[in-house]
Amino acid sequence: MNPTLKVRVWREAPEAESGGYVNYDVPRTPSQTVLDVVTYIQRKLDASLSYRFACRVGMCGSCAMTVNGLPRWTCRTHIDKVVGADGALEIGPLANLPVIKDLTTDMREFFDKWARAKGNFQGKTTRHDDFAVVRPESKERAAANAGIECIGCGVCYASCDVVSWRPDYLGPAALNRAWTLANDVRDTQQKERLNAVAGDAGCHVCHTQGSCSERCPKQIEPTAGIAGLKRMVARAAVRGELE
Amino acid sequence: MSATSEAAAEIRREAIRDAKLWYWQRISAMVLAICVFVHLGTMIYAVRGGLTAAEILSRTKGNWLWGAFYLVFVIAAAVHVPLGLRAIINEWFGWRGRLPLQVIALIGVCYAMLGVAAIWGLVR
Repeated sequence: MNPTLKVRVWREAPEAESGGYVNYDVPRTPSQTVLDVVTYIQRKLDASLSYRFACRVGMCGSCAMTVNGLPRWTCRTHIDKVVGADGALEIGPLANLPVIKDLTTDMREFFDKWARAKGNFQGKTTRHDDFAVVRPESKERAAANAGIECIGCGVCYASCDVVSWRPDYLGPAALNRAWTLANDVRDTQQKERLNAVAGDAGCHVCHTQGSCSERCPKQIEPTAGIAGLKRMVARAAVRGELE
Repeated sequence: MSATSEAAAEIRREAIRDAKLWYWQRISAMVLAICVFVHLGTMIYAVRGGLTAAEILSRTKGNWLWGAFYLVFVIAAAVHVPLGLRAIINEWFGWRGRLPLQVIALIGVCYAMLGVAAIWGLVR
């Protein structure tokens, strides 16, 4: 094991036209994560480095970065998993999102797209009504459950080639959210949602390449949800239910 | 209706139209899957005796069942191919709206006419 990691970190000032990679030497330690490496650089080598994290245990979804070319949660990625014998490690901001500074990206557009895909739950009962009865083994509930654990880290969005060439595409996370709600029998804005996710900036532009499903740290399959939305929306469109 | 809500309604209409076109692309793909299977199977079976124009024509001349099969095949291809071309035109050139739809509709009609002419030549 090489005792020193040769780390290249993306640095970008807010006013700069473009950024570049800067080299740092970081001592290697047992059970070290990529987030540990970034924190070491910020605390010991260059306090001006900006990055984002909160929970350090894979619950909050704020520390995703591009690690050796692939989007990952840095807190749950061990150095042993991504660094070879040469000790080379490259850390950059998530792709497909504007950089605020260094490793920190602007997630506004990402979450605005959740809202555009009608990612909010809208029920028709109040707290005075009785509980809704939803059978856990029902087809709809099983489909919703498969996608419900998303924590909005943006790894799928950064993996998606369609997002990179169609910036107005809603993306895998927002469509996965729409799919879980489209299978929620209590939700009252189904028609509006199917309208919101229809068409060439919505589910039908997905190429089913599956990069989002491949990279999702929660093993969610947005590709499967998007395929479900394609069928659901097209069926409703042909039956004239969306007009 | 204001300009912005009119624009929003237009986007919505386009999204619904895209969804319908996707549906027809999918249905035609299902038909094509069956047709290609039958077509390739027949080819593999039929060329055992050698591949000649005379041999093919002896099988298809006056056989309206083969004619009907290939008519379905041609229609499915004439629906499927232009819709795929439209998706490529959209993505590669960012060319959207009504005009590319008219262009691909024309391509589809040409495609269907060529196919029908070929079937006519085989079966008549």
